[in-house]
Amino acid sequence: MKAFTRLNALAAPLHRNNVDTDAIIPKQFLKSIKRSGFGVNLFDAWRYLDEGFPGQDPDSRQPNPEFVLNEARYKGAQVLIAGDNFGCGSSREHAVWALDDYGFRSVIAPSFADIFHNNSFKSGLLPIVLPAEVCANLAEACENTEGYTLDIDLEAQTVTTPDGEVHSFEVDQFRKDCLLHGLDDIGLTLQKRNRIEDYEAKRQSSAPWLFNTQAES
Amino acid sequence: MAGKTLYDKVWDAHLVDEQEDGTVLLYIDRHLVHEVTSPQAFEGLTMAGRKPWRTGSMLAVADHNVPTTSRSEGIDDPVSRLQVETLDANCEAFGVTEFAMNDHRQGIVHVIGPEQGATLPGMTVVCGDSHTSTHGAFGALAFGIGTSEVEHVMATQTLLQKKSKSMLVSVDGQVGPGVTAKDIVLAIIGEIGTAGGTGYTIEFGGDAIQALSMEGRMTVCNMSIEAGARAGMVAVDDTTIEYIKGRPFAPSEAQWEDAVAAWKQLRSDDDAQFDKVVRLDATTIEPQVSWGTSPEMVTHVGGVVPNPDAIADEAKADGVRRALEYMDLKPDTPMTEITLDRVFIGSCTNSRIEDLRAAAAVINDRQVAANVKQAMVVPGSGLVKRQAEEEGLDKIFEAAGFEWREPGCSMCLAMNADRLEPGERCASTSNRNFEGRQGAGGRTHLVSPAMAAAAAIAGHFVDVRSFAQ
Ligand code: SF4
Repeated sequence: MKAFTRLNALAAPLHRNNVDTDAIIPKQFLKSIKRSGFGVNLFDAWRYLDEGFPGQDPDSRQPNPEFVLNEARYKGAQVLIAGDNFGCGSSREHAVWALDDYGFRSVIAPSFADIFHNNSFKSGLLPIVLPAEVCANLAEACENTEGYTLDIDLEAQTVTTPDGEVHSFEVDQFRKDCLLHGLDDIGLTLQKRNRIEDYEAKRQSSAPWLFNTQAES
Repeated sequence: MAGKTLYDKVWDAHLVDEQEDGTVLLYIDRHLVHEVTSPQAFEGLTMAGRKPWRTGSMLAVADHNVPTTSRSEGIDDPVSRLQVETLDANCEAFGVTEFAMNDHRQGIVHVIGPEQGATLPGMTVVCGDSHTSTHGAFGALAFGIGTSEVEHVMATQTLLQKKSKSMLVSVDGQVGPGVTAKDIVLAIIGEIGTAGGTGYTIEFGGDAIQALSMEGRMTVCNMSIEAGARAGMVAVDDTTIEYIKGRPFAPSEAQWEDAVAAWKQLRSDDDAQFDKVVRLDATTIEPQVSWGTSPEMVTHVGGVVPNPDAIADEAKADGVRRALEYMDLKPDTPMTEITLDRVFIGSCTNSRIEDLRAAAAVINDRQVAANVKQAMVVPGSGLVKRQAEEEGLDKIFEAAGFEWREPGCSMCLAMNADRLEPGERCASTSNRNFEGRQGAGGRTHLVSPAMAAAAAIAGHFVDVRSFAQ
């Protein structure tokens, strides 16, 4: 996985609560069997006026001038300041891949949906929970200040504004380590192979029905 | 020491390892797989030169992209076709049991798991799909995971997890006639909100939940995720055990008694402590209809579309305004005046045999209204379809003007050819009314199967309780 240590980057605000994964990446793009290439369709239905479908030439699309990420000043933003319950809905990791592929490295919100929150760590996108008033203030400052950048330090667990205001955030120790060092979860887990095998053997003798494969069709 | 919740019991039984910060390695008993969220995981395995840990734990099916019209010609859309073929090829290569598109057992992953007895009490069940919560109806700990986690489970048979908080949602007393599991769960979401369950595993209890069939419990648990909870659970009782008996993956005769004895422990102890308790009075729940673009935006059929000007909280009022604009609804409109273009009866929420029976029972020799362009019934699986046909339900639907389709996700999310056109309005028995969920620009109202059938015939929402006769 991609490591995340420190980032000083342009931020963009998204003023909506309950932004669902269907909005982040609509279903027609989930047909892809790849992990990349989702960025051009991030927030597709909000970002473009015409209907999106897989394999379109992005240059032929009609951008929606009203949508915040289409404003020139937010081009190149790597931090998204979002609303409550960001990433609710489906489990599609494509939502994280789309944000990542577009260029976002971190999303700051008052709360995240559980599965999205989990998925983010797996692709090196750092989800940061800050209190609702702080998020609202950051979003407002971001709108009022062209070129508004935030400094995110994962090691120190802080977000620092251009004025030097510091906000601390929480993150699980294990996830933090994985992200800081770009560790592969699966490789780490497989170091515990023996424990998994022991568990499995015990379970198989105490509850053998859990290991049935289907008898006939 | 306080007793254990059902969640505690299943969790504790699956601990392989625990780290200092509380991150645990949780053993996974059943891994369900579908075509949309698995290709990148299989690819990851291949690239790392890894093999699945235990293919016997896996059961795969293509459901999202499959056509619900005749399948003899295969899938038209080449992108959809490639995704389904990729699943077939991966299952073949790795030796995973798959119900292929033309297998009579094919269906929506959350319908076929229980139907096959592949979902059992006390199991941990995962799938790269948020509605995996459905399987919690069996006293299993079941939740959706992302594709990286799918790969992790394939490679290690475990997941890295942190325990959630626990919530009891108790629905006390009994619901009235015409009020179904779908109405109960929509009422719960209306009460606690779409983020109300975030960070929790919900146990659904109370008389009204105990009185539900397994189908009904699955409907309720299915929508736990719509309340923000990754998992929803219901305690095991005789209804659960009866349902499982004789299914293909169920315990053999020799295993049966031991299994049942173990399953009977799968309920929260009387002195168990929950982090949060929510109580609803079942007798006050009425048939529900959603009006907005989030499942919490719901009211009863006798209600009206809310007026944002009457909402004090500005952020909330804004959300309502945006939803009404998208839904093209005026404040204070009675729900029964909302007319429909299409009706969809299906999805992993409501496509089981009981759902189809409830919908068919409403029809009573009447016809789909002239303003409804299309009313379709999509059974949850080939076996549900066959059962319904044996009972003659297909004939009742077709005689009324409904289309009778092949099983799959269909217009629940419109990844196949079944979808709403921009601006069209649909009464749907599915679980999400997000913008564009059933097709770009489409407008979704969530209802129970009986309410959907009644709406198809009336051409607008009606209270099924007065409509049934
Ligand atoms: S029926 Fe709908 S909600 Fe259920 S698995 Fe299919 S797409 Fe997802």
